[in-house]
Amino acid sequence: MDTLLMAIVVVIGVPAAVCGYIIATEWVLRFAGPNARARIRPWLWVLPAFAFLITFMIYPTIRTLLASFQNARSTEFVGLDNYVQLLNRDTFWQTLLNNALWIVFFTAIVVGMGLIVAVLTDRVRYETVVKTVIFVPMAISFVAAGVIWSFMYNFNADIGTVNAGITAFGAEAVPLLLESPLNTFLLIIVGIWMWVGFAMIILSAGLKGISAELLEAARMDGATELQVFFRIILPLLAPTIAVVATTIVITALKTFDIVYVMTGGRYGTEVIGTLFYNERFTNRNIGTSSAVAIILLLAIIPVMIFNIRRFRAQEAIR
Amino acid sequence: MTTAETAGPRAVPRTGVAAALTSLVDRWPLHLALIVISLIWLLPTAALLISSFRPADQVLTSGWWNALGSPFDFTIQNYQDVLEGNNIGQSFINSLFVSIPATLIPIMIAAFAAFAFSWMEFPGRDWLFILVVGLLVIPLQSTLLPVLQLTTSIGLTGSFLAIWLAHTGFGLPFGIFLLRNFIGSMPREMFESAYIDGASPVTAFFRLVMPLAVPAIASMAIFQFMWVWNDLLVALIILGGTADVAPLPVSIAGLVNSLGQGWHLLTAAAFVSMLLPLVVFFSLQRYFVRGIMGGSVKG
Repeated sequence: MDTLLMAIVVVIGVPAAVCGYIIATEWVLRFAGPNARARIRPWLWVLPAFAFLITFMIYPTIRTLLASFQNARSTEFVGLDNYVQLLNRDTFWQTLLNNALWIVFFTAIVVGMGLIVAVLTDRVRYETVVKTVIFVPMAISFVAAGVIWSFMYNFNADIGTVNAGITAFGAEAVPLLLESPLNTFLLIIVGIWMWVGFAMIILSAGLKGISAELLEAARMDGATELQVFFRIILPLLAPTIAVVATTIVITALKTFDIVYVMTGGRYGTEVIGTLFYNERFTNRNIGTSSAVAIILLLAIIPVMIFNIRRFRAQEAIR
Repeated sequence: MTTAETAGPRAVPRTGVAAALTSLVDRWPLHLALIVISLIWLLPTAALLISSFRPADQVLTSGWWNALGSPFDFTIQNYQDVLEGNNIGQSFINSLFVSIPATLIPIMIAAFAAFAFSWMEFPGRDWLFILVVGLLVIPLQSTLLPVLQLTTSIGLTGSFLAIWLAHTGFGLPFGIFLLRNFIGSMPREMFESAYIDGASPVTAFFRLVMPLAVPAIASMAIFQFMWVWNDLLVALIILGGTADVAPLPVSIAGLVNSLGQGWHLLTAAAFVSMLLPLVVFFSLQRYFVRGIMGGSVKG
């Protein structure tokens, strides 16, 4: 397509169309009576959102659920065959184990380091410099991060930074990304490098909300820094930590890009996200790939319930 | 670089050089820890940046740290090659065409819905919003294949329109959630007096809500833009791999597969893809925390 034409559509046409919709609703409502107007108006305002949510989230999820009970080409129902077949694969348990490693180590270290950096930077004058440095990887795509870290992990000790470090101590270079389960941990490190900035920014905002006088009073009463942290800061930050932790757990469950770019799920690094992709596009099996997606969804439902409960508790306070 | 926060440090006593020195000596473990963490975090990106400016034969035979000593031998050849020869220039434009509408559309539509959820009465309002909160965690994987079938059946697969619509759908739950928290905390009197003065909801929305919600809109814009710009999965599936529409992540992932060890080009391409998200982040970051925390944190 013509680049200039496309640019005009993108910059002017699209915003004009969206704003035009809402202005048009008010014009249409003029023809309704005052009571009908107040009743219809809210629905017109939420209509585009729900049209998108139904088309791109609710309907597709139901279709995926159905497809997970159908054969490879979605032509007939096969009951639970896809699930049974997946659960009988030895490699599938390896995949689940890898996701469990991601959930435990990725979440714990990202939240832990985010908290440590937030608390430490709060005490120095060059706070913003450190925070900026830690946050930068968050703006980098998983693909670019994959390139950066494949370079770091390169087997050739003349090029790969990590192997250069290992050989500098006289040891043999290690094919880092080929050795399971070491490689999964190395991929988790990439994830940690990218996500600590996110945890840090939000936890730091929560930390700034704790009154300085309260902390000062505790110190005056002879509390040590560790006591201040564990008895005051940590309990007060608990709701913020919950927000961050749920986001990070979901990220861990959905992990795809890092693994896809760095190993493609080979060498024992497969996770649910790459298994889904490989089943669909390498094995061309819609049935099993849908079953994988539904298993992922089932794993996320507890987080969803937790989120809704937390939201309702928060609304009750408002 | 600009600053991430304007709030100053609070535990530092500001009385004279001697006191400052004592505190520096007393607190050396703190400073050491922060400096070490910062260096570790910078190292991978620094390695990438330095490598991308080294001549190809050197990138492939010696480590990036060798470039730090003399002779200083840097070149922009890799960037020229990658922009002209490897479709990265076209991909950069494609990424813009994908990301700008895929950020603008969900912001506007989420703002409409958030305004209705906050300040209009309708039956089932709370339950519909809880549905949105539930949708926040739906994994992309469980929706992508039917979305692909849908776009294919109406002949949109491989077009920009398809990926704008898909990203709008996927970004909306977070957007509605974020903006509703912010718009919902605006003062009721403001709307009442606007309506008494005869303003329509559309006027109130464009004149009051949108300008006041700038912090929340900016943080949503950062998230949505970074997510769309950096997205690989949706682009791979909905746009496919054709060079004329491929955005940066797809092209770079393709380069990874085809070049394998072509590090001099990969490093340059990766750096090109990082530029715009960094610019967006640094220019909007002052709104970031204020927007995302809504009224829940006074910072």
